[in-house]
Amino acid sequence: MIRVDDLSVSYGAVKALRNVSLEASPGLITAVLGANGAGKTTLLRTISGLVNPVGGDIHLGDTSLLRMPTEEICRLGLAHVPEGRGVIEELTVEDNLRLGALASKVDIAEGLEAQYAQFPALGDRRKKYCATLSGGERQMLAMARALIAQPRVLLLDEPSLGLAPQVTSDLMKLILRLCESKNLTVILVEQNAKGALRIAHNAVVLHLGAVVASGDAQTVAADEDLRRYYLGLVE
Amino acid sequence: MSSFLTSSFMHNIFGGLAQGVIFSLVALSLVIIWQSTHVLNFAQGAMAMFATYVGLTEIGRGVGYWWCVLLSVVVGMALGGATERVLIRPLYGKPEINPIVVMVGFLAVLEAVATSIWTSTARTIAAPFSQIYFQSHGKLVLLSPFIIFQIVLAIGIMLLVAALFRFTKLGLQLRASALAPEVARLLGVRVNRMLTIGWMLSAGVGAIAAVILASGSFGLFPTDMDGVFVAGFIAAAVGGLESPIGAIAGGLLIGLAEQFILAYWSPNVAPLGGIIILVVALMIRPQGIFTKSVGRRV
Repeated sequence: MIRVDDLSVSYGAVKALRNVSLEASPGLITAVLGANGAGKTTLLRTISGLVNPVGGDIHLGDTSLLRMPTEEICRLGLAHVPEGRGVIEELTVEDNLRLGALASKVDIAEGLEAQYAQFPALGDRRKKYCATLSGGERQMLAMARALIAQPRVLLLDEPSLGLAPQVTSDLMKLILRLCESKNLTVILVEQNAKGALRIAHNAVVLHLGAVVASGDAQTVAADEDLRRYYLGLVE
Repeated sequence: MSSFLTSSFMHNIFGGLAQGVIFSLVALSLVIIWQSTHVLNFAQGAMAMFATYVGLTEIGRGVGYWWCVLLSVVVGMALGGATERVLIRPLYGKPEINPIVVMVGFLAVLEAVATSIWTSTARTIAAPFSQIYFQSHGKLVLLSPFIIFQIVLAIGIMLLVAALFRFTKLGLQLRASALAPEVARLLGVRVNRMLTIGWMLSAGVGAIAAVILASGSFGLFPTDMDGVFVAGFIAAAVGGLESPIGAIAGGLLIGLAEQFILAYWSPNVAPLGGIIILVVALMIRPQGIFTKSVGRRV
């Protein structure tokens, strides 16, 4: 379980997060929604230790992640698929995957096998350099690379960005299936509120760095004001 | 065939390659550091010199040649790792000129310290390989067992480094740390440790270049690596600082160019070979001959 308490982050004079609190539990998807600049990416980067907060605390289970280096947070079982997916283009598909497994206790050969079984398209391209992959394939690779280490927590930053609607829809279903089958704690950051709310159990809406609404996903999705003013969901 | 081997053309090829592999090693060591930390290590030559003095002549007294070589490499790696931790690490994220200034200063310090301990006279240590040239039908072939050893050792080290980067888990983590440090961190790679290891590897490779110089007939003196560093630096720049293969090829090219200028023009202008190649390369392909033309995201 991830618990964020009263988290504040500043970039110089700019307050990126103001007293944000949220909880994400195993087997559930917590969607973090909001417009550009709402602080969604900053929230994930702070959880991963890439950004230092000026106040508040973050717990993974009973362990505080504050001031812990990013690589050690990962080794606790937290996988973060960054915005833009973070596929290393100069490496092959297989090397990207192996890299994901190195820090964990997972047997690399077995891990590769499992991911290729889950994403057959990656198996076909295992020796290809990632610069040659399409957007959808990159997203698959980023997911597989995060999953190969068998994490407990999965942070996803805008996974649908740049993907075709059908690919996005398949991806969302996959995230839900993984979350439930592996009892993963998923925090899903999305600008695509519609797609995210369809699979999320809980939702948090950020606006200018502050939480303006949180609750179960259906309630958030049904709130006319939220839809109109923060989520851009009014037809 | 035998007249071909004793021709002046082949003399120059052998001589150029023998010199070139030393440049290649230095160029390769520069590329390893550049790729991992984006620092141009101006003290690379001096660090190699210092390590070789300690390994070959100081603690290596009385032990066999191969132990000396190993000691030099180990001392070089320790010096490289310590340099990264103490001098370079505080400078990450600072302007690029800062590490350059620090390393130029470190170069001067190392050479001064070496001169005060060991004086400026050249020291040699005999390699267990004859320096006497082979003969073919009474004519010299410009190859000796020592030159063959020098070329084989250099190529062996290069292959070892290539294999380490290409085929090992450590190499994969080193490459990832250099290519995408933030992503590597997110995947649990201890990037800071990788940077230190990169410096250690680089300094170990550099030490081999100084070991070869010290094993040759002219020996090694404290400022000996300055000229080698310049040639190695040009080789790395010509090959493209991102490309280990380019650095190695650049080193060989400069070795050959210097040798041919020496033979057909004058020994006094031989060091011009590197400069000429640099100027031509910068005019034709300023990004480096072996650099792939891809933009770098910033």
